[in-house]
Amino acid sequence: MTAVMHVLPYLVAAWVFLAGCYGLATSRNLIHAVGCLSVCQAATYVLLLGVGYRKDATAPVFSDIRPGSRPVVDPVVQALTLTDVVVGATVTALLLALVVQIAKRHGTVDPDELSELRG
Amino acid sequence: MSRRVRLWLVLTGGAGLAVLLVAACLNLPSFGGDRHPYGDRAVRASIARHTANVVSSVNFDQRAFDTLGEMTILFGAVLGCVMLLRQTRDEHRARPEPAEVAPPVRRYALLVLPVALVTGIYVIAHGQLSPGGGFQGGVVAATALHLLYLGADYRALERIRPLGVYEVGDALAASSYVVLGLAGLLGSTTFLANSLLPYGTFNTLSSGGTVPLLNAAVGMEVACAVVLLLARFLDQAVEIEKENGE
Repeated sequence: MTAVMHVLPYLVAAWVFLAGCYGLATSRNLIHAVGCLSVCQAATYVLLLGVGYRKDATAPVFSDIRPGSRPVVDPVVQALTLTDVVVGATVTALLLALVVQIAKRHGTVDPDELSELRG
Repeated sequence: MSRRVRLWLVLTGGAGLAVLLVAACLNLPSFGGDRHPYGDRAVRASIARHTANVVSSVNFDQRAFDTLGEMTILFGAVLGCVMLLRQTRDEHRARPEPAEVAPPVRRYALLVLPVALVTGIYVIAHGQLSPGGGFQGGVVAATALHLLYLGADYRALERIRPLGVYEVGDALAASSYVVLGLAGLLGSTTFLANSLLPYGTFNTLSSGGTVPLLNAAVGMEVACAVVLLLARFLDQAVEIEKENGE
């Protein structure tokens, strides 16, 4: 049981990433595809927070605990996750803006129907 | 390539990737372990510089240069969205109609708006002390304004949201981050060094040296950026129409 617990969070991250990839590859709708990309990115949040976790530890914020009195989780990966979330949000916004333009120019958001070039 | 062949290709590649990922997971240090060399050093550095929220210290002090890059990505994405979602020649702007809002929704939205706005500003201001910071608080403050769209209508939102001001605010906040970084060169020889201001008393608003200032600059930039992004998307949904009424 404990042996499984030692890798389970990492396996969950891998599973979420693969599920997102599957959705991206089989998507019939560009908005759905952008959602799938967000799922892929969510896997990195799980992985980073999983790497930084420490048993019986609390948040790395010392406004209400005395420094050194309790173990804290790794703040570096938490900061990386924050960066990840921000970049993910901006990428989603930019991709959705592209989808809006594609829908206007081509009248469809199915990637399979977007094979021809149009000026 | 037909959909069937493509699906098989994806499944084969996915299975290979899954095997590699599982093999990698089995070799990672076990979950919840006690060995976090970088985390321990970050905590020590943060406390030495009187910053209670270690995550803020990592973002705005130890990795401040990376945050400059992150902020530039946000700035670039806003520029890209403004370009992509502008009004084209074959479109015109329709005047949005005043909308009927159910009284409970209106009451609730107008009640929560000031509370949400103050919460956002609180989260930005206490970024160096408690969980949160410029990125999180900026999003809360920016979305709080949009409660007016839910509680009243689009025209009410447009009145409290002069986009030009937010564009200037976005650019000013981004450049003030760079200026604060250059100011770091005065006290030492390093860009964005946290050596300009005294570190202050631990766990007070003015602690952490330049961390609260960089945090405030990022909070302002994120708030302006989110307002601008949402404005572009709302414009597309509410105002901009095709010329021939499609």
